[in-house]
Amino acid sequence: MAQLPYGVALMQENIFKINDKEYILPGSRACQGCGLSLAYRYILKALRENTIVAIPPSCLCVLHGLYPTTSVTVPAINATFAGNAASASGIVAALNALNKTEITVLALTGDGGTYDMGIQSLSGAAERNTNFIFACYDNEAYMNTGTQRSGATPMGALTTTTPILTKREKKKDMLKIMEAHDLPYLATVSPAYPADLYDKFVKAKRIKGTRYIHIDIPCPPGWAYPAKDTVRVGKLAVETGIFVLCEIEDGKFRFTGRSETLAKKGKRLPVVQYVERQGRFRKMSIEQLNQLQSWVDSRWNEYMKRAE
Amino acid sequence: MSDTRIITGNEAAALAVKLVEPNVIAAYPITPQTSLAEKLSTFVEGGELRAEYVRVEGEHSALTVCISASTVGARVFTATSSNGLLYMHEQIHWAAGSRLPIVMCCVNRGVGAPWSIFNDQQDSFSQRDTGWIQIYCRDNQEIIDTIIQAYRIAEAVYIPVMVCYDGFVLSHTMMPVEIPDYGKVREFLPPYKPSVDISPENPVTVNPVFFPWRRENAEGVLCDGYMEKRYKLQDALLKSTDTIEEVSTAYGQAFGRDHGGLLWEHMTDDAEIVIVGMGSIAAEATVAADSLRKEGIRAGVVGIRVFRPFPRKAIATALKKAKVIVVFEKCMSYGCDGGVSSDIKSALYGTGIEAPMHNYIAGLGGRDVKARELADAVKETITRIDSGTEENETTWLNCHTG
Ligand SMILES: Cc1ncc(C[n+]2csc(CCOP(=O)(O)OP(=O)(O)O)c2C)c(N)n1
Ligand code: SF4
Ligand SMILES: [Mg+2]
Repeated sequence: MAQLPYGVALMQENIFKINDKEYILPGSRACQGCGLSLAYRYILKALRENTIVAIPPSCLCVLHGLYPTTSVTVPAINATFAGNAASASGIVAALNALNKTEITVLALTGDGGTYDMGIQSLSGAAERNTNFIFACYDNEAYMNTGTQRSGATPMGALTTTTPILTKREKKKDMLKIMEAHDLPYLATVSPAYPADLYDKFVKAKRIKGTRYIHIDIPCPPGWAYPAKDTVRVGKLAVETGIFVLCEIEDGKFRFTGRSETLAKKGKRLPVVQYVERQGRFRKMSIEQLNQLQSWVDSRWNEYMKRAE
Repeated sequence: MSDTRIITGNEAAALAVKLVEPNVIAAYPITPQTSLAEKLSTFVEGGELRAEYVRVEGEHSALTVCISASTVGARVFTATSSNGLLYMHEQIHWAAGSRLPIVMCCVNRGVGAPWSIFNDQQDSFSQRDTGWIQIYCRDNQEIIDTIIQAYRIAEAVYIPVMVCYDGFVLSHTMMPVEIPDYGKVREFLPPYKPSVDISPENPVTVNPVFFPWRRENAEGVLCDGYMEKRYKLQDALLKSTDTIEEVSTAYGQAFGRDHGGLLWEHMTDDAEIVIVGMGSIAAEATVAADSLRKEGIRAGVVGIRVFRPFPRKAIATALKKAKVIVVFEKCMSYGCDGGVSSDIKSALYGTGIEAPMHNYIAGLGGRDVKARELADAVKETITRIDSGTEENETTWLNCHTG
């Protein structure tokens, strides 16, 4: 397999100096190599202590620990699966009423709690332009319950509810759905590019209204790759254009970080290089692979046009 | 000078909410609750009530908003009916398990399928086992007074309270209501203090996963397991009967109206026939009892005000001297028996009270129940008992079951 230019990421633009305080103490309940732990670490560094996190049942709920101990040092409120954005709405409403508006409210939600069961309350909260950050951490399946298919699972992936034929439908375009809500800020981030992630959360924190941030979350057990490869897989997602780092501010689209460089150079790796590293794609057919490639290409072209 | 107005039950509820000044309101419209949600919107938009009104996209979210807002220290209010309440079910459990002093009005309506917009109590009855306090009102005055009491109860015991009143029969019917004085309500109801302070200085994770067993925290203190947590809810509910009675008495002293703490009685002292009901049907039963008395039948009424926690002792005491018990109820435990009568039977077990009980499932989906029909049903019961039918019986009143 060809060596990838991993070092490039280190040279990306970083507007803000990364806060060196840690908000997640050692001993979280997440798996080894968990992309969510990595992302969450930088999210909290960016948002800092004046933050309340809304948590649905998910890996995040488990990461937070089992009563009476937690490894996370910001206040967090667990809610039920369908209502994380409503839960955040309640926190925001209470803070407004109690004049505690300096606190940032973050609803950090899995793809299941965003794309599927949670979409109603998310759409409602976004339509009301609720003053919060909704971040979807997308590990592309229901991981907490053992890797079942979600609306975010890519075509061709094996899950425990698509165990033989693989998922035959395309991944839902959540960013588009959220953009249709006319939000002040939307962005995509990856823990493989922590500086880009950090910058966007710092920026989002300063904006009012509903901010939507989509996080690509490589997941060793769910995607079936070795735990040491999380950053590598995250980078391959960006290098191949499967996942695109971007920002949509007041309707204006722009590539950021590594994706911006790729857009300028006009060079992406073929998706097969991403796919072949993950056991979940081992039953993917050639047709599915081609469909995935053409889906990636057409979305990339769409983005290129928007970025002009 | 007292302020008495002729208003509907929903207006009475809205005025009560205005008086208690919640910080956050979240509600979704459903008949017959709608005019309450609308009235509150008018208060908030008109600047008469300073609250955050979250116009949610559904009832599950309405209660979710209230749950999280209450967790971070807001006094909250919501209201619903029927399928709206059912749609909240997951959150109804969550609110009680979280020990949050949420107050919700359930404007009672039958549940689908098939659709009915009219009154019975199947909606709130079906949430009986969720760990909420449930209080049923018999008239519009009781609605306004009970909502104010509900906040004081909820915030004292950290248990949510559902204030239930019959759709249309009360919600849309005008009655004279004395509006409590604003200043006195402020005195009666201290500001809400959340049980846990959620702030950066106290970075707790609220409601994480619990183990079945107890577990030590970082300081080595043994903390609750799931069962201890749930037991504490049950224990607090059982003990809340004292608080409910105290609050009812205190309210009576402050405002001159005590609607009865757990239950109320009408001419039960010498009654041989005791009619039991919950909500407006119990008020109707007092008219029936009065007319039966005119015919020489010594009838009385017990109105159940608090259905959860079920006032077992108070019920047994009130029914001690009854020769015959007749229950009129608007809810059903399908496949078993009427919702109210089965709980009464369980409360009487082992008390030595062996009076026969006839229960009538009445008024489902808004079917009219007039005092005369209740009186006739009581007489029918007497006839059957006189002819030797001692066993408990269930009859669907005015229902053509043939
Ligand atoms: C109403 C309801 N249905 C089902 C579940 C079971 N459940 C818990 S977490 C989960 C999946 C979560 O998936 P996602 O949001 O993608 O988060 P992840 O676990 O992948 O981090 C499911 C189905 C639940 N908790 N509540
Ligand atoms: S299953 Fe995946 S997302 Fe969940 S904790 Fe493990 S590595 Fe992280
Ligand atoms: Mg997931």
